[in-house]
Amino acid sequence: MSSGDTYRPSWGRAALAVFLKDWHSELRTRYAISALGMFIVTTISIVLFSLGSEGAPIEALSGMLWVVIFFSAMSGLSRTFVAEEERGTAMTLQLHAPSSAVFAGKLLFNGVLVIALTILSAILYAGFINGFVIKTYSIFILTIAFGSLGFAAAATIIAAIIARASTKGTLYPVLSFPILLPLLLTVINATRLAAEGALLEEAFGEFQILISYIVVVVTISSLVFDYVWKD
Amino acid sequence: MDLRLTASNVKKVFNRRTIFAGISFSMTSGQTLLVSGRNGSGKSTLVKIISDVLTPSDGEITLHLPRGSTKDGRFPFVGLVAPYLQVYDEFSALENLDISLRLRGLAARPERALDLLERVGLSGRTNDIVRTFSSGMKQRVKYAMALMHEPAVLLLDEPMANLDAEGMAIVRSTMEEQCTKGILIVATNDLTDLEHFDYQVDLNVVR
Repeated sequence: MSSGDTYRPSWGRAALAVFLKDWHSELRTRYAISALGMFIVTTISIVLFSLGSEGAPIEALSGMLWVVIFFSAMSGLSRTFVAEEERGTAMTLQLHAPSSAVFAGKLLFNGVLVIALTILSAILYAGFINGFVIKTYSIFILTIAFGSLGFAAAATIIAAIIARASTKGTLYPVLSFPILLPLLLTVINATRLAAEGALLEEAFGEFQILISYIVVVVTISSLVFDYVWKD
Repeated sequence: MDLRLTASNVKKVFNRRTIFAGISFSMTSGQTLLVSGRNGSGKSTLVKIISDVLTPSDGEITLHLPRGSTKDGRFPFVGLVAPYLQVYDEFSALENLDISLRLRGLAARPERALDLLERVGLSGRTNDIVRTFSSGMKQRVKYAMALMHEPAVLLLDEPMANLDAEGMAIVRSTMEEQCTKGILIVATNDLTDLEHFDYQVDLNVVR
């Protein structure tokens, strides 16, 4: 007998391997990066053209930023699981890595992708959209950080659920919207506070909701992922 | 306790249709099992259940190891080669072997990866992207991946699929070597080229 004696697996190494595999794969195929990039440019252009030189209330501008981020994220985040199913490598992954490590690795990958997407969207949005000026950067940075993590957490488990469905493309935003709605409402409100120049303490309520959302989604996802991933 | 794999009354139901039921066996290190049956009899399903990528509807499979037994989480001790198992074709053969070890949470073993690729006849193509490989060459990569972590249980589903004469010889030597190290399970309909097996599960009978 060989492996039973010498097997010394590390969960962290396995989770990191899942992340690095997806990362290197993405650098070679550039599917998600291209889709996300194109969506950001397209949606910001549409917002820009529709507003023209006229401004809009800060509530509307804050909401539109997260509309851009939501639809851009929907275009690329499902790839992490859908690509495994489409290429037939999902079983290869099941056979090699513990399911909890798969979830952690995919969550990390989606987290990095969403943070990059959100930062790029925010920079382009602030640069091109008239009237969108951030006055309290601390609120805005924390909103982007917590919002991105919340997006990544929900998007990862939803991607795992829809990966085996035949109508993946349409199912993803449809399933995601009700789950992401509490997150969207909170980040829109926090972004509005950042644009209005509110004090950091005034946004604590929003941050508590965002942190609670992340904890709840990650906890439930960890518990159900094994059932979603196997069989 | 030595290495032992036991199946007790394993049953699988898909959409209210019973694929098979009442499958039981017990085998120890050095023993071999042949899973046979006509198309659609559930050979691959049984292989997937033993591999731990499918859950049985009833019954259980237990792998007893020198350090204890495990009903769930058998996959770290299993190597599987099957037509439905795919490799990452945007990576090279060597990278696939490295990924297979790292995904298991194990440290990289580049020398073993190169040895295995040489053994399966791919020593000249180690750094080539798998997308450029033929189906037979991909099958050889699957063998190398399955052997990277020195599995206690090696499962081969249609082991000769896509292979030429040289590839088949490699499979035969791999099977012989596994018999000296652990448990070998082969699922196939092609019985012409297979040696003696200690046990057989005929899914045409047990259904």
